Amino acid sequence: MHPFSEIETGIKNCNNHVGENMKIKSVATLMGMSALAFYSSMAVGSKYNFPEPQSVIAQDIYDQHIVLLWICLAIFVGVFGVMFYSILKHRKSLGYKAANFHHSTTVEIIWTVIPCLILVVMALPATKTVIAMKDTSSPDMTIKATGYQWMWGYDYLEGEGEGISFYSKLATPMAQIENREAKGDNYLLEVDNNLVVPVGKKVRVILTANDVIHAWWVPALGVKQDAIPGFIRDVWFAADNPGIYRGQCAELCGKDHGFMPIVVEVLEEEAYAQWAAEKLAASSGASQVASANIEMIADASEAIEAAEENSENN
Amino acid sequence: MSQDSGHYYVPAPSTYPIIGSSALLFLGFGAALTMNKIELGYGLLAIGFAILFYMCFRWFGTVAAESESGKYGSDVDKSFRWGMTWFIFSEVMFFAAFFGALYYMRVLSVPWLAEESEVLGQTAWGAFAGGWPATGPADHYEAFEEMNAWGLPALNTAILLTSGVTITFAHWALKENRRDALNKWMLATIALGVLFLGCQGYEYVHAYNDLNLRLDSGAYGSTFFMLTGFHGFHVTLGTIMLIVIYFRCAAGHFTPEKHFGFEGVAWYWHFVDVVWLGLFIFVYLL
Amino acid sequence: MAAVHGDVHDHGHDDHHPTGISRWLTTTNHKDIGTMYLWFSLAMFFTGGFLAMGIRAELFQPGIQILEPELFNSFTTLHGLIMVFGAIMPAFVGFANWQVPMMIGAPDMAFARMNLWSFWLLPIAATLLVSSFFVPGGAAAGGWTFYPPLSTQGGLGVDMMIFAVHILGASSIMGAINIITTILNMRAPGMKLMDMPLFVWTWLITAYLLVLVMPVLAGTVTMLLTDRHFGTSFFNAAGGGDPVLFQHIFWFFGHPEVYIMILPSFGIVSEVIPTFSRKPLFGYSSMVYATASIAILSCVVWAHHMFTAGMPTVAQLFFMYATMLIAVPTGVKVFNWTATMWQGAMSFETPMLFAIGFIFLFVIGGFSGVICAIVPIDIQVQDTYYVIAHFHYVLVSGSLFALFAGAYYWIPKWTGRMYDEKLGKLHFWLSMIFFNLTFFVQHFLGLAGMPRRIPDYALQFADFNMISSIGAFGFGLSQVLFVYIMIKTIRSGEKAPEKPWDGATTLEWTHLPTPAPYHSFEKPPVFKPTVH
Ligand code: HEA
Ligand code: HEA
Ligand code: CUA
Ligand SMILES: [Cu+2]
Repeated sequence: MHPFSEIETGIKNCNNHVGENMKIKSVATLMGMSALAFYSSMAVGSKYNFPEPQSVIAQDIYDQHIVLLWICLAIFVGVFGVMFYSILKHRKSLGYKAANFHHSTTVEIIWTVIPCLILVVMALPATKTVIAMKDTSSPDMTIKATGYQWMWGYDYLEGEGEGISFYSKLATPMAQIENREAKGDNYLLEVDNNLVVPVGKKVRVILTANDVIHAWWVPALGVKQDAIPGFIRDVWFAADNPGIYRGQCAELCGKDHGFMPIVVEVLEEEAYAQWAAEKLAASSGASQVASANIEMIADASEAIEAAEENSENN
Repeated sequence: MSQDSGHYYVPAPSTYPIIGSSALLFLGFGAALTMNKIELGYGLLAIGFAILFYMCFRWFGTVAAESESGKYGSDVDKSFRWGMTWFIFSEVMFFAAFFGALYYMRVLSVPWLAEESEVLGQTAWGAFAGGWPATGPADHYEAFEEMNAWGLPALNTAILLTSGVTITFAHWALKENRRDALNKWMLATIALGVLFLGCQGYEYVHAYNDLNLRLDSGAYGSTFFMLTGFHGFHVTLGTIMLIVIYFRCAAGHFTPEKHFGFEGVAWYWHFVDVVWLGLFIFVYLL
Repeated sequence: MAAVHGDVHDHGHDDHHPTGISRWLTTTNHKDIGTMYLWFSLAMFFTGGFLAMGIRAELFQPGIQILEPELFNSFTTLHGLIMVFGAIMPAFVGFANWQVPMMIGAPDMAFARMNLWSFWLLPIAATLLVSSFFVPGGAAAGGWTFYPPLSTQGGLGVDMMIFAVHILGASSIMGAINIITTILNMRAPGMKLMDMPLFVWTWLITAYLLVLVMPVLAGTVTMLLTDRHFGTSFFNAAGGGDPVLFQHIFWFFGHPEVYIMILPSFGIVSEVIPTFSRKPLFGYSSMVYATASIAILSCVVWAHHMFTAGMPTVAQLFFMYATMLIAVPTGVKVFNWTATMWQGAMSFETPMLFAIGFIFLFVIGGFSGVICAIVPIDIQVQDTYYVIAHFHYVLVSGSLFALFAGAYYWIPKWTGRMYDEKLGKLHFWLSMIFFNLTFFVQHFLGLAGMPRRIPDYALQFADFNMISSIGAFGFGLSQVLFVYIMIKTIRSGEKAPEKPWDGATTLEWTHLPTPAPYHSFEKPPVFKPTVH
């Protein structure tokens, strides 16, 4: 079925064109240059790329993405360099006569093995990062984030600020959303109560949800984790620099899914301590907070039960 | 395509498909409305089922007639075999989804919830011990008793296995052209099928009345009733098919050489049998 | 690829069939049914496209303009469902109906009546889906993936969607069984499996995937239905279930589903490229093995859609590695196509343009897929416009472009008339430009942090969204040109020559007159394999 003589002529035909190598090179150079131009334009603003990384994990992700982009670009240029060379030269309108080769086990093995190797190169650093991002052990502080339709609830469970508890809701006025007012700078990315954390500390965030699945996502910190009703998941981050980092709910959660942002405010340690103290004092005494907390939990479970009955009655 | 016939029977234009589709139009809307307690739905469902039964009756009648009048050559016969094989495969995958859900809940999600309860002192609903059978952590699930595998379910296993034997006897009889034996063994198989369904029905009544085990009894109830329920539904279909085949046998259909209608149903019956074994092991025994 | 002997042009039989509407209601002819599939999918493409235009219009500027959030979510949901189940899948089944019997020398599909039923179930399901917009509570708004508990909350519209999915599943399963049986049982004498045209091979494997996963989808929506109405707790932690269980079962279906939408495209492209390169397909058998490997691998990668749902570390790593592996057989395909073109005598009629456009853009989509597969990166891009860009590159410039290639390639055989080459090329270039304008910038939107499924966005995303919307409107209008070209071809196209493509080697070109007669191969042709 596959006469080998034909394969050989096919390969010979290929060899005849090694002389064209130069042209391939110049095409490759051209494409490489444009890729470079494109890349440098990317570096200009974070608009074309991930936001500037603010944690080790985010940095890892950023770097790996760039490396992968380059690898993919190289393969792309390689494959389509050959293809477009062929398209330019091997056309009927130029009187080119078709060869008749259709098979070469060697070549096919080569282009099976090489991608495998490339994939190994891609997978190695990724594996390390996965293991690092999964390691939520020995945090400096623990915060529970609960997704609600449509806001976040935060409870500081352990570490400095333990006992603080509040809700965090979109602060952008409806008038801006409905185009009745000019839109502010942080349109849709601002909340009434920021989640405040100290810089450099390993913060473990425990996630759950009250009604449907939400996802807690802060791009600059390199964390995204679904909050699943009835179950508990956790992630961690340690912010490199003080600042305000904005994110959004990243799992469709109904009507106002687009309107439940997350704002993390990272403070220097002293500033954080002051904030925590004020916050605790404001709720006048730990005991009341605790009882408020219990009430909240009770509220939550009532809400869940109500939701269930609802779905049962549906 | 084998060379012998050289002609593959392609049926003439037919109205059954469009009738069948209109049935599904009624059934689709009917079911959706019924689920939401909208009166109109029941009527639509009734119309839909009526049309569907009419269609099945006529369509299968036509197939039987075509078969008997010798229109189906060996190629068509082979097609039916392939078709039935892949249909049964699709059914296997349908059950696989539910077995998968059982596995996941029993081996993963229930233990996870119990672990959460252990670590945090409680889940969103309070303490939860896990284990199996489980209702789940929310306290509005009432306690129930597990179904005992060695009562009715064991009997049902015996019944179904026996029916697998009787239908094989019927098949042998057909191949040796012993028509009386064929009819008798067919009747026996049908009787066993009906008996199985009776036991299953009784078991459900027992579960609801005596064990307080219900469809909404959390994880256990959900998987128990959905798996056994869909199986029971398939046994019902299989029994109906057996009855149809019995009447065809009684009417002198099929020959020792050509009887795929019979064999297809036999395959289906064995498939139902095998699913039951899976159920008996994974739902009742373990 | 084949030399066939025997009385080829012996088609002197009657073409008796009802005329007018009852022809289409009752036909058992694979060509008629194929035609209906194709028109239906075109109609659904426009319906889904209309919804996409709604989405893009709302996203043209920040702020809520024309679609309230809930309605926007319904638009997104139904756009996804209708494009996937109404447009792309039925279009491929339409191609299978027309082409598989002709390419293997069979008189018709194995189960001609059931074939008709498979088709007529589709308009029913589409009716359920589309009319759900007008019931109280509106259409389903939980995304085409309808994750619970969100989809437990919806109203009547969700139930209509559930039953529509049941009906679509039944249609697909019957269609797939029909195709498998036809291919396995009705090939011309002498045609071995490894002699089959690649389009037939890819459909055989696709049909296998359909039978494998559509029943699982049926099971999933059934559990969702009982959770909604009968108090079961499959996806409810309160009862010991888990919302994530839904995601596992859904994606066990959903991932193979995306290959169901791409494998037949690979088949079409593998017919078109050799024809217009006037050179046999390179690496026929490795193409077959690659297709099979993709299908097998596709069953063990589903959880790459759930990297942010939370999984044990080993599971995450396993699904990452398995997903990345799919790049290997897919790469083999791309390289084989390139090698087929290499030293061919190429010409660039519209089908070839779309095929090359397919390879070019599909590879971009494949690369962004591999980038999504890398868990740490996916943590950032999951549920953003990066994913939207990824899958429109593989679905629109992938599946859809391949469908266009196939339509231009086979329309002369189907109708006996030639399409307008100039307009065809115009259609290609417009599609190419506007497609990239629409979706290339979405990569950047995703990287910069724009979540998907939102009706309104922060200001830094405004300019790219506007570009994307302009591209989308242009792309949509370009598709009107496609319909115009097709209708013009059918009504007043020039008569096509017997064999318009000199490089074509498959049975429908070598053994049937143009246009193909209403009944073809009532006597099987004698197939003698030659060298590939
Ligand atoms: C036709 C449909 C189609 C196809 C073919 C693919 C192909 C692939 N997809 Fe895609 N995907 C979708 C449709 C498709 N996808 C859809 C619809 C979604 C979103 C669903 C939703 O959430 O709504 C999705 C989402 C999706 C995700 C989840 C993203 C998220 O939600 O976070 C991931 C993650 O791994 C992924 C990966 C891949 C990979 C690795 C491939 C691979 O098969 C690609 C392989 C191809 C190549 C790699 C190019 C050619 C190869 C070479 C030239 C060889 C050399 C290359 C290398 C060594 C890298 N896809
Ligand atoms: C399967 C194939 C498929 C196809 C072909 C398309 C085609 C298109 N899709 Fe896609 N899309 C999906 C599958 C597909 N899509 C899926 C699965 C989702 C995910 C849904 C979810 O999140 O649940 C999605 C989601 C999705 C989104 C994200 C929505 C969101 O997250 O909220 C967007 C946004 O731009 C989009 C745009 C488009 C556009 C502009 C086209 C265009 O290619 C369409 C072009 C076609 C036409 C426009 C029709 C023809 C012309 C007319 C009707 C004439 C009128 C024309 C004008 C008025 C200009 N799609
Ligand atoms: Cu909360 Cu999306
Ligand atoms: Cu996938």
